[in-house]
Amino acid sequence: MNYWEIFKKGIFEMNPIFRLALSLCPALAVTSTVYTAMGMGFCVMLVITMNNMVVSLVKNYVNPKVRVPVIITSIATIVTLITLILEAYQPDLNKELGLYLELVVVFAIILARAEVFAMKNRILPSAVDGLGMGAGFLVAMLFIGAFRELFGTGAILSGTKYVMQILPQSYDGPLIIVLAPGAFLVIGLMIGMFNIIGEYQDKQAAARAKAASQFAMQRGETA
Amino acid sequence: MEYFTLFMGAAIVNNFVLARFLGLCIFFGVSKSLSASVGMGMAVASILTVSSALAWLVYNFVLIPYDIMFLKIVVIVLLMAGCVQFLEIAIKRYAPALYEMWGIYLLLIATNCIILGVPLINATANYGFLKSIVNAFGSGVGFALAIILMASLREKLQYADVPKTLQGLGISFILAGMLALSFLGFSGMIPL
Repeated sequence: MNYWEIFKKGIFEMNPIFRLALSLCPALAVTSTVYTAMGMGFCVMLVITMNNMVVSLVKNYVNPKVRVPVIITSIATIVTLITLILEAYQPDLNKELGLYLELVVVFAIILARAEVFAMKNRILPSAVDGLGMGAGFLVAMLFIGAFRELFGTGAILSGTKYVMQILPQSYDGPLIIVLAPGAFLVIGLMIGMFNIIGEYQDKQAAARAKAASQFAMQRGETA
Repeated sequence: MEYFTLFMGAAIVNNFVLARFLGLCIFFGVSKSLSASVGMGMAVASILTVSSALAWLVYNFVLIPYDIMFLKIVVIVLLMAGCVQFLEIAIKRYAPALYEMWGIYLLLIATNCIILGVPLINATANYGFLKSIVNAFGSGVGFALAIILMASLREKLQYADVPKTLQGLGISFILAGMLALSFLGFSGMIPL
């Protein structure tokens, strides 16, 4: 498997949020604006990549019986580092993310990638796997964040200097989308939408397989 | 009265599942059956109370005197995982009947965001010891309330005609949204 394949599978077929339904807490909690969603996405991407690299480096020196505490300690250390860095250079973002950034420690997806991938692979593929999974997480967060902010307030990226007013100023969106219950409703509908897309793709694949088998049968008859 | 306000605030107004989105994995995973939800709710409530007390003691008597607060994530994560494991062993040894009922849930929640989040908030929020315990117990009761309500709703849902694309996780999220909406009505009940 080449590096592009490893990277790609995190974004599409094994997307942590939409496909695996893992790490849902931040997907609901910090996606009320694009800015916080993006901040969280990048932090998780960094943590998962660095942790995969660390685990892949030390995998030969760790007794398999104690691997879980070792991985958790490694994740906790990296998360501490990132919180301290954010506190120093991006205090506003740190305040917005707050507790949820610290809770990255117990993300199932990070532990799962370390166990499933980094324990068995060398450092470079592990880093690429972490980047891919992180990118999938980031894309999903941005998608949810953009949807909620756009339809809730009519603008995106508010809170930064790149604020874009997309819908007209007079747009009076349902505030509920930005509030807590809206997060549940939006994600529920998005899961439904992904199911429709998945069903459509399955149908296409089935139709293609049928056409191919008919083609093969016709050739068999003529031969 | 002060303690009562704190308790109600943690349990209902700022419900950890529906307003702060912690513990969603177990919330959606276990709420398929009512009896399992009752067990899980009880297990989480009791563990939160015990582990928050422990985290408060460690934070205030170890981390603050030595001025190593930046280590709080590492220390509290390992403390929580150890605490859950210890409780599991202790219950298995001294109360096997209880273990039959709850044992399996203890393993599921060893590293979970609500188990880590509540003690982390409590230890660092400048509460006194008693207040932090009341707050943790309130959070646990709030979790139990949310998961039991959700399980009752989902059991009724089995007889409903749900569109095919929304079956399973999709409709559960929408249902949780409705539940959160009704809990939103409690905000403002308690002045913060």
